[in-house]
Amino acid sequence: MSETALPDAVFWWPILVMVAGAAATYVWRALGVALSGRIDPEGALFQWAACIAYALLAALVARMIILPTGPLAQTPMIDRVAAAILAFAVLFVSRRNVLLGIAVGAGTLVLATYARTAWF
Amino acid sequence: MSVPRTLHDYGSTGRAMVAGARRAVGVPSIVLGGSFLGFGALVHQVGLTVWHALFSTATGWALPGQIALVELYAVGASVLVIAVAVGLTNARLFPMTVTLIPLLRAPGVPRWQYYVISHFVAVTGWVAAMRDCPAMVTEQRLPYYTGFAGVLWSISMLATWAGFALAGSVPAPVTLGLVFINPIYFMLIISADVRARSRVLAAVFGAIGGPVLYLLTPEWSLLLAGVIAGTLGYLIGRRGGAHE
Repeated sequence: MSETALPDAVFWWPILVMVAGAAATYVWRALGVALSGRIDPEGALFQWAACIAYALLAALVARMIILPTGPLAQTPMIDRVAAAILAFAVLFVSRRNVLLGIAVGAGTLVLATYARTAWF
Repeated sequence: MSVPRTLHDYGSTGRAMVAGARRAVGVPSIVLGGSFLGFGALVHQVGLTVWHALFSTATGWALPGQIALVELYAVGASVLVIAVAVGLTNARLFPMTVTLIPLLRAPGVPRWQYYVISHFVAVTGWVAAMRDCPAMVTEQRLPYYTGFAGVLWSISMLATWAGFALAGSVPAPVTLGLVFINPIYFMLIISADVRARSRVLAAVFGAIGGPVLYLLTPEWSLLLAGVIAGTLGYLIGRRGGAHE
């Protein structure tokens, strides 16, 4: 999509959405400053909130790998899942080297996509 | 690293800031840069402009929420749903800030400075500050963190721009690889860092619930999966004893 040809609404609407997102993010940080030293971060409410945050993130990640939107959807699911499993295996073989895991995971998908366009 | 008997002194607040900035250069900033590269590519792929990508990184600067936002925007979710999902995704920033700020607090520093620096609280810098700052002279901690987070933020902006630019110019399979960085990155971070039983369960339930609920309701699936799987994980993890 061309950058200059966007009508105003198409440009400003996502900006407005992002302002809402930034507000929903900063509110936690500001609240953290306001209540710092006065609240126990090990308390039950915090633990529950942390669980929801992890569950939500895991849900997003799994959905992006298994049912992606956009161009990733053109790749076969088996390629994405195989790349994810390989990245996961590398993480544990390499003593939790996240950088290596990312390189292997993303690299596998790139190579698989090239292989399919070249051979099929 | 052992805890020194006397607190470490960089000599001045300026030098503490430089020390923090230097400490940020290395593996943390490469990983962070790689993931923001992926974010820039993602924004390109959903048809938004480079300004949207940079605006999101500058004002949000918490990648999971930024990705949730762009993904939900792409499926046409309402602003309310997006804001709530982003808020829930980033709720972890609250306990992080609550624990970090007392560490950075020094006599004579006006309160507003902590509200400014709190925008720069995110996982990478937080982990480093919790590790390094207790060994430092009190009044040098805030400058140290400012230097550290300043470098990370700048790298994030640069990488966001680069990812957006690359997505439009490299071959299509490479663009796919860039967009794929983030799901892989967060999958690995969760696998590598999450220890507490309840959080592991929450993540596993979330990973199952996310795609399943998405088939039923694309717009609400993230919120539902987060609240249901998170609550289940919390309750079952607690019942199983071993709190942390």
